[in-house]
Amino acid sequence: MKRLLVFIKKEFTHVLRDKKTLLILFGMPIVQVLIFGFVLSNEVKNTNLLVIDQAQDSATKEIISKVQASVYFNIASVTFDVKDVEASFKKGKSKAALILPKDFEKNLMTKHVAQVQILADASDPNHATTIENYLTAIIRDYTNSLNTTMPYTITPEVRMLYNPQLKGAPNFVPGVMALILMLVCVMMTAISIVREKEMGTMEVLLVSPFKPIMVIVSKVVPYFILSMLNIVSILLLSVYVLGVPIKGNVLLLFAESALFISTCLSLGIFISIKTQTQQVAMLISLMGMLLPTVLFSGFMFPIENMPFPLRMISNIVPAKWFYIIVKDIMIKGLGFAAVWKESLILMGITVFFLGISIKNFKIRLA
Amino acid sequence: MRTIKFLLYKEFKQIFRNRSIVALILFMPVMQLLILPWAADYEVKNINVALVDQDHSTYAQELISKISGSNYFNIVSSTSSYDEAYRSIESDAADLVLLIPPNFKRDLVKNKAQKLFLAVNAINGTKANLGAAYMQEVIKEYNGKLLTEIHSVGRNPIPHRAEVTFSNWYNPHLSYKVFMVPGILAILVTMVGGFLSALNIVKEKEVGTIEQVNVTPIKKHHFILGKMIPFWVLGNVVFTLGLIVSWVIYGIVPVGSLLLLYSFIAVYLLAVLGFGLLISTYSETQQQAMFVMYFFMMVFILMGGLFTPIESMPEWAQETIKINPLSYLIKVLRMIVLKGSTFSDIAPHLGTIALFAIGLNGWAMLNYKKTS
Amino acid sequence: MEEVVIQADKLTKKFGDFTAVDAITFQVRKGEIFGFLGANGAGKTTAMRMLCGLSVPTSGEAKVAGFDIYKETESIKKNIGYMSQKFSLYEDLTVVENIRFFGGIYGLTNEQIKNKTQQLIERLGLTSVQKQLVVDLPLGWKQKLSFSIAIIHQPKIVFLDEPTGGVDPLTRRQFWELIYEAAHNGITVFVTTHYMDEAEYCDRLSIMVDGRIKALDTPKNLKAEFEVESMDEVFYKLARQATRAE
Repeated sequence: MKRLLVFIKKEFTHVLRDKKTLLILFGMPIVQVLIFGFVLSNEVKNTNLLVIDQAQDSATKEIISKVQASVYFNIASVTFDVKDVEASFKKGKSKAALILPKDFEKNLMTKHVAQVQILADASDPNHATTIENYLTAIIRDYTNSLNTTMPYTITPEVRMLYNPQLKGAPNFVPGVMALILMLVCVMMTAISIVREKEMGTMEVLLVSPFKPIMVIVSKVVPYFILSMLNIVSILLLSVYVLGVPIKGNVLLLFAESALFISTCLSLGIFISIKTQTQQVAMLISLMGMLLPTVLFSGFMFPIENMPFPLRMISNIVPAKWFYIIVKDIMIKGLGFAAVWKESLILMGITVFFLGISIKNFKIRLA
Repeated sequence: MRTIKFLLYKEFKQIFRNRSIVALILFMPVMQLLILPWAADYEVKNINVALVDQDHSTYAQELISKISGSNYFNIVSSTSSYDEAYRSIESDAADLVLLIPPNFKRDLVKNKAQKLFLAVNAINGTKANLGAAYMQEVIKEYNGKLLTEIHSVGRNPIPHRAEVTFSNWYNPHLSYKVFMVPGILAILVTMVGGFLSALNIVKEKEVGTIEQVNVTPIKKHHFILGKMIPFWVLGNVVFTLGLIVSWVIYGIVPVGSLLLLYSFIAVYLLAVLGFGLLISTYSETQQQAMFVMYFFMMVFILMGGLFTPIESMPEWAQETIKINPLSYLIKVLRMIVLKGSTFSDIAPHLGTIALFAIGLNGWAMLNYKKTS
Repeated sequence: MEEVVIQADKLTKKFGDFTAVDAITFQVRKGEIFGFLGANGAGKTTAMRMLCGLSVPTSGEAKVAGFDIYKETESIKKNIGYMSQKFSLYEDLTVVENIRFFGGIYGLTNEQIKNKTQQLIERLGLTSVQKQLVVDLPLGWKQKLSFSIAIIHQPKIVFLDEPTGGVDPLTRRQFWELIYEAAHNGITVFVTTHYMDEAEYCDRLSIMVDGRIKALDTPKNLKAEFEVESMDEVFYKLARQATRAE
């Protein structure tokens, strides 16, 4: 036991010596959380809008002032000419144009129907759709105000569950956790074990009276602790900076994180046993682990929109299950009963990779 | 000039000698371009609806058939218990619960107004927002239809309304792939150029060959040029491959001029390679260079406007993004490829990138020291 | 008096508090084989790197091939060859490609490169492996190749940093034949080593201890001065004074 501690201490010294890498390991989750929390948003606001007012009557003026007053739009210019639109779109100066044709008010009052046209730069389709929805709503508000008594209206009452302000944070905090653990545990563990192989120091350790399994254990412990620290820092940021509270049981959340860290470490050990050089280990962890995590965990890319083969692949990505677990516990406040299936899958993956690794390790030694 | 010839000969030999790396450089971007646009599909569709119909009137049934007829919604369950429907949100089986209260039709006719209740899983804010908007749209449409029916029989006043028509330029089918492919191509070109150049000088440092070069009378800028040109060429090859894949697989043909596209890429690659070299000169090991590059790439990509519009970011972030070269490439590629923007449209961006290229390479050159 | 090609005057290099090279002063004459001896960590490599323009001195003066080592490093580089302790040719290039590359960046004409390549390969007996990657060559061959490349441009001086580390005595012997040949052709050789039999081959020797030059003379005179039979004993007597750990 004392010998194990000596080894663990040596590994810690290695990890703590490379300051640049360490800085990035701890800086990365913080930067990611802050970017996701404060920068990324799909909200439409201050969108530059062109208004082509060919009617110039009191109705169009009122609509324009309503649009101007909303937080969603900045009116870039008010003109009569549709020709300006294309030039403006091509320069990227505005995203949409609202066209109020001639005799707008007259048509609205006498024919009860007036035409409005919206031109949108739809290269970003979601953005365009949202802009169109907001503009339509503003116009509809105006026409509704003309119809003082409006019978037979159905009013939908909407309640946003879990995240009433529609913040991005509840969606990505669990995702960032999965991503960072993948990076620290899989990539760092794999590289650090392979490095010893490459430099020949692994042989030295293996001929020592220390059990080979213990060598691996001592390699893994520092990364386990680093990962736990990362989890703590992400959760602290999430609660105190982003205002996303942990609704469920904190202990359960940590237990599940420890489980996922074990899964990642077993993957890291597996890669390190199968590869000979740092470069290869790095490439495999990056392409084979990190990329699928980003793609298939469901926090950046919606899995339900993917074609069938990709949806199938997503099932063997451990991060997907961890993401579901964290979301359930942290955001929805559910208990173990809701996540036992996912936990079992993670456990299965861990046992599987540890099993193969140990078998391979023994063969190599024999 | 002759020195550069020898440097280039050597670099190309080294690159092509390692066939697996060459295969990886060319194969990986193509693979990613084949997979990523399918994965990065943020079109909001397939919204799973759990129905709670406590009315069972003809109105309720008409509304339900409207909903199931729309492209956006799948009705996954239909019960009369709200609690049951709520549990299907907890288990992620449904994204949205629509509650049609008892006496929906009767109250609508009697009180001339009625409420419907929508509960949306809002963990994913974008999806919730659009999903709720679509549902409201369906309900309003149904409401409108109901009104005209009632007005045609009764003596109620005709409502004033505005008929809104949309035209979606540059992407009439609102396809998300059309939006993503040029953006992903921008990222791939950046990653190939950035990582290769970041690892290169540091590799010579690690192996020790840089000493042998430093003791020759070679000029610094010759050495750096010799390192850059091969990756510049590779970057162009990757970009061309990407354009071919976008055309063959996704049917995206640049609307604007190819010459303009390649001119921008030419300058942009210089900037990215300069950035890679700069990291290379600051690192001691390949592992370190790789990590540092990874970190910057992540920030560049997240803050590049690939997934979320830059205009939606806070003021300070928009200012910060001005020093992110990737954001310019994503923007310009989309401008030229999708909208057919011309030279005068992109000129300011081209100018900025040229400044980046000069600045980053100058810095890298200053920081690469032949002596210690 | 023969022409002086290296002139060092109180040359010093400090790394923080540590003085790696402590005010060394010496001269090397044209065409001689100058041995630079010292225990590991005595400061040999650092001194050599300063003379090659790879490292900037903290203080002191030096001229190499008539050029100042502060201001004219690039001119120095045109006139010297260097072979580092660590093997530093491109292992993923072939023998011929390495020769071509270094010939090219030293500004040889295509004609010269062609002739040199042929000469060199024949002289070193590398004909059968000329198209092989350098990584696959045995260490002794690699070192002979690196030396030949270091003098491909006929420099005035060649600096060799422990050129024969880790090879068998026979290969070392062959290596020294190459050195003699170069010296015969008028190239001044500046070589560090810690093999004492090699020290006997040098025209003059300096012995460094703890960053300082403790002795400088011909092997014969040194042995006489210390009243011993072999260079081994000279070195042993001096190295014992060292206080610096390895």
